[in-house]
Amino acid sequence: METFLTILLDGLQFSSYLFIVSAGLTIIFGVMKILNVAHGSFYAWGAYTAAFFIGKFSDMGMPDAMGFLIIVAAAIVVGVILGFVIEQGILKYMYDRDEVLIVLATFGLFLVLEDIILIAFGTDPYFAYQPMALLDSVELGGIIRDVYGLTLIAVAALVALGCWYLLNKTKWGTLLKAVIFDREMGISMGINVPLVYTLTFIGGAILGGLGGAYIAPTISVAPGLGTEVIILSFAVVVVGGMGSIAGAAIGSIIIGILRALAVHELPQVELFVVFAVMAVVLVFRPEGLFAPAKPRKI
Amino acid sequence: MKHNIFARAAGLAAISAMTLGAGTALAKDAITIAVPSFLTGGAAGPFGIPAMNGAKMVADAINAGKLPAPYDSKGFGGATATVEPIDEGGGATKQVAEYRNLVEKRGVDVIVGYISSGNCQALAPIAEELKQFTIFATCGTPRIFEEAPRKYVFRTMGHATADNVAAAMYVKEKYPDLKGYTGINQNYAWGQDSWRDFDLTLKQIMPNSTASDKTQFPKIFAGQYGSEISAMSLDKADLIHTSFWGGDLEAFIFQGNARGLFKQKIGVFTVGGTAAYRLGKKLPDGLVLGARGPYGILVRDRDSALNQWFVSTYKNLYGTYPSGPAYQYGQAILAAKIAYDKAGSDASDEALGDALRGITFESFSTTVEMSLGGGHQAVTENGYGITKYDDENGENVVTDVKFYPGSCIMPPEGVNSVDWIKGGMKGAKC
Repeated sequence: METFLTILLDGLQFSSYLFIVSAGLTIIFGVMKILNVAHGSFYAWGAYTAAFFIGKFSDMGMPDAMGFLIIVAAAIVVGVILGFVIEQGILKYMYDRDEVLIVLATFGLFLVLEDIILIAFGTDPYFAYQPMALLDSVELGGIIRDVYGLTLIAVAALVALGCWYLLNKTKWGTLLKAVIFDREMGISMGINVPLVYTLTFIGGAILGGLGGAYIAPTISVAPGLGTEVIILSFAVVVVGGMGSIAGAAIGSIIIGILRALAVHELPQVELFVVFAVMAVVLVFRPEGLFAPAKPRKI
Repeated sequence: MKHNIFARAAGLAAISAMTLGAGTALAKDAITIAVPSFLTGGAAGPFGIPAMNGAKMVADAINAGKLPAPYDSKGFGGATATVEPIDEGGGATKQVAEYRNLVEKRGVDVIVGYISSGNCQALAPIAEELKQFTIFATCGTPRIFEEAPRKYVFRTMGHATADNVAAAMYVKEKYPDLKGYTGINQNYAWGQDSWRDFDLTLKQIMPNSTASDKTQFPKIFAGQYGSEISAMSLDKADLIHTSFWGGDLEAFIFQGNARGLFKQKIGVFTVGGTAAYRLGKKLPDGLVLGARGPYGILVRDRDSALNQWFVSTYKNLYGTYPSGPAYQYGQAILAAKIAYDKAGSDASDEALGDALRGITFESFSTTVEMSLGGGHQAVTENGYGITKYDDENGENVVTDVKFYPGSCIMPPEGVNSVDWIKGGMKGAKC
């Protein structure tokens, strides 16, 4: 029972980390049909910005609880600035181009943003342990867990709830769904699609930044941070179905739980599990488990 | 007659040109040393940058003739060296292409560096093919000189077997009642070799302790170890071995510390030395800490003139004490000087190799014997200590430091590391 609870919590914690990042990736793809490789950079920039300011504020003698405000602020600032500049400065001129070209453009952006991180923050890592240290630890299932790690599950649940509410209970959600379903029809119905694109990209970038900012206190924030996460996020959205929030949530949970199970019971296959799941889904359901329905155009 | 004068003039001109040309070749005033190291990515901060700093500092001092005796002669065989930093990031395929570029297009004189075992493993045959004098500074896999004889490739520090045999011996001395152990190591040559050597050695010297059947091998640069920490917390093993390095090492320490892992289990960190100066108070007390040899925090107080020069110059230049990689790269640059001083600044790659092969030299913190792999692989002592935060001085220190001689922790010449450990480490002189 203890092992079961531990695997469940480990799995959910890892799923939460995956979901927060991949939700942004899948929203951007769902609305804009852009496979945004630069999403990994939003994650890295979120982590760096949060770690930098948490360290600075701590040095100034501010209370450690400020760290949580900084995490949220870092995600918003990074998402708004990077999202706006990239969408308005580059992507908006490429919407009519081939999707592969846009992927290549975002890959180029990823490399550029990684290099800007090196210029802005240097090669030395940043440590922002204060928020994690503040929340202490608790014994669950016979082992000690850091409370900060557990709060990640709550943050992911809030993000999922927020996305669900936005899509299903607001006017904006209706507009988004209309654009997702048929962009041309949306334009003809008077929806300001360019504005929807800009806001969607910024929203996705904020989620990417939030993933990095929230993880920052648990890691050494160092160059190359965004590479690993983007690979895992792609696996999640492929499993769940590209463009589906529910798919990203289910994909994250499947991958997170199976990975935790492998780590506990058969560590040798831990690396294999994530991509085995993806391969199986691709064989039997190439569009992913929860891919949104596509309109049939004649 | 006229024809004869022209012939003589042409002959004189040719001889003058040949003499001038020969003069240029003999009096080589400058050499270029390519120094590959991680300048980007997660390994740059803890490894690549200190390593590059160590290399530059030593090369500059050699150029200026400011190293303590016996290395106080100016230059590399009299030649001034230009250090050309190369980014080691990007994987082995990129490094092979970069190496060929350095040798075939840019014509560098010597290549000194490399941190990643994967890169060294890929580059050793290329160096032999291109006949390029190359000194590996830090990479650890023992396979480089055990799988094939080398002529142009050298390594001036001990390999991973030394790190892990020494770790096992230290564990036996400090924790003789150890019942079980587990490990978390990166899933590539370095991590797998490190665990294998540690596990095999403990099986030999502590047969009553048992290895966990759930040792962890996460992907390199994974960064998230929540599940692994849970699995190891539930494991009955008393001790955790890890060869994590760079950002992975620091992330694991943060996450493990927050979950009380190092209060429940003994942590053995074979490459932990790089974290000692960087993490400060965030490094838990009581960890068994290695530095991949007699380097960094383990030797900071050694009072040889060379070591004191190294520590004080590095601290003055970079504002922190030198960690292991700084020492290791400085040591490899020093070996290049010794080879050039012996063979001459215009020496061929073969002559430089002959000059370094099989020699013994005093480095900054230890004696280096090039006595394995046909004189291409260094043997040095290796040591471990226990971490403790010194509140008075506000820094980490290591206590209970113990060093093991190279002849105790590395196999004799011609014997494969794995066979040597499995065979009960015959011939070990401890």
